[in-house]
Amino acid sequence: MSNAIALRCKECGKEYPLDPMNVCEWCFGPVEVVYDYAAVARTLNRESVEAGPLTMWRYKDLLPVNGNVVDLGTGLTPLLKADNLGRELGLDNLYIKNDCGNPSHSFKDRVVGVASTKAREFGFDTFACASTGNLAGSVAAHAARAGLKAYVFIPADLERGKVLSAAVYGPTLVAVKGNYDEVNRLCSELADKYHWAFANINMRPYYSEGSKTLGFEVVEQLGWRCPDWAVVPAASGSLYTKIWKGMNEFAQVGLSDVPHTKMAVAQARGCSPIITAYEDGRMDIKPVRPNTLAKSLAIGNPADGYYALKTIKETDGAGVAATDPEVVEGMTLLGRTEGIFAETAGGVTIAGLKKLAKAGVIKRNDLTVAYITGSGLKTQEPVSDIVDPVMVEPTISSFEDALEARGNGIRATAIA
Amino acid sequence: MVKMKAKFTFPTELVTEPVIYGLGKNFDVVTNIRRADVTATQGWVILEIEGEEEQINSGLAWVAESGVRVDPIVGDIVEG
Repeated sequence: MSNAIALRCKECGKEYPLDPMNVCEWCFGPVEVVYDYAAVARTLNRESVEAGPLTMWRYKDLLPVNGNVVDLGTGLTPLLKADNLGRELGLDNLYIKNDCGNPSHSFKDRVVGVASTKAREFGFDTFACASTGNLAGSVAAHAARAGLKAYVFIPADLERGKVLSAAVYGPTLVAVKGNYDEVNRLCSELADKYHWAFANINMRPYYSEGSKTLGFEVVEQLGWRCPDWAVVPAASGSLYTKIWKGMNEFAQVGLSDVPHTKMAVAQARGCSPIITAYEDGRMDIKPVRPNTLAKSLAIGNPADGYYALKTIKETDGAGVAATDPEVVEGMTLLGRTEGIFAETAGGVTIAGLKKLAKAGVIKRNDLTVAYITGSGLKTQEPVSDIVDPVMVEPTISSFEDALEARGNGIRATAIA
Repeated sequence: MVKMKAKFTFPTELVTEPVIYGLGKNFDVVTNIRRADVTATQGWVILEIEGEEEQINSGLAWVAESGVRVDPIVGDIVEG
């Protein structure tokens, strides 16, 4: 059985049973899962975690699930020491948490893994979401695995290629003839009208808990210690706040020390309601109209924006925004130094990391983890200009002439 | 009769305008504020609106046209 004991309003503290719901009926604040940490601490220890499955489900004791989980093999993705990138940025203890390796190629599998498991537990037969990319793929894949019907809502003007990696799993794709706000509105109304599990509406308290596993894993992979800095991209702000919650939970059940980690949050400048509030010294989020190529972070009205601001404050962290050219530069920098092709959100992380290192906010010796949350393969357009092959005739002289013309000096390296 | 939850975000120039009063009076809906934070320069209000569906829809469109941003209280649902 789960160690989750209730849902609790983050604003007024009112508690509710573990039902499909996402806002407090009294004050309309968001509700969050609470656990019996004493019970967790009695059964969970480092050895039991290490003996668990090689997936995010090794942390099941700190997730709100009961029996069989919907498992695509998500999690335990590589944490790589990034010496090449570190050299470029002046950081000696830099790690990349590469979450591109999840089954549908983004961290969304962590949240959707929990949400789909709860959907099945609650007896829903339909699993739905509204998405322009990664979430769509993950919901459709998990629904297929779980034997649930899937509805994926997209804006009608979205390029079809963007949802190809969701369509392949066989969901009902619904293209809504309306703008982004109208899709939001429709989904909100559908969630009230139909008995469906909506990934980030009535499943949201459970869904967001999956992000904690990105905190758990990093602590375990660092040898049960927390980093000095974590740099995390933000759309709704949920991932960022839940990584921090995960680190704190590990301490609470005795698996690691109380985290001293400073949490840095990165957004694209063209959609940066959290960073703008941080820079202005405000604790309220002003919603914005997204205008950035970092589409996976394009949330103008972030549900957890306020809590992200609180996390920056609580951890003495930082907020940083990257322009679109800086995002592309971040993507190519990560690619050429560490061999990782991240999506634009990864470019935001790397660009933010670069700024924080340059400004001396993150120091050379700080143990730093940068989170790469999705693969670049699904949306290649932002870096399409990088394809610039050396054109040659099928002769050695043509090959050598062409490379010499680019200042490569290839002839001097010939062995015969 | 239906109930709907919404978040209104007021720009500085509309903070002093009785927009919620206007919504109730002009569209015959009941407004019930649950949480809010309003200062001299900005503000947001989370409220429940009860009434005929058509009236609520027209009322929310009127609020948005007046320059107040209207959002679902759960934030943006469409994710990347």
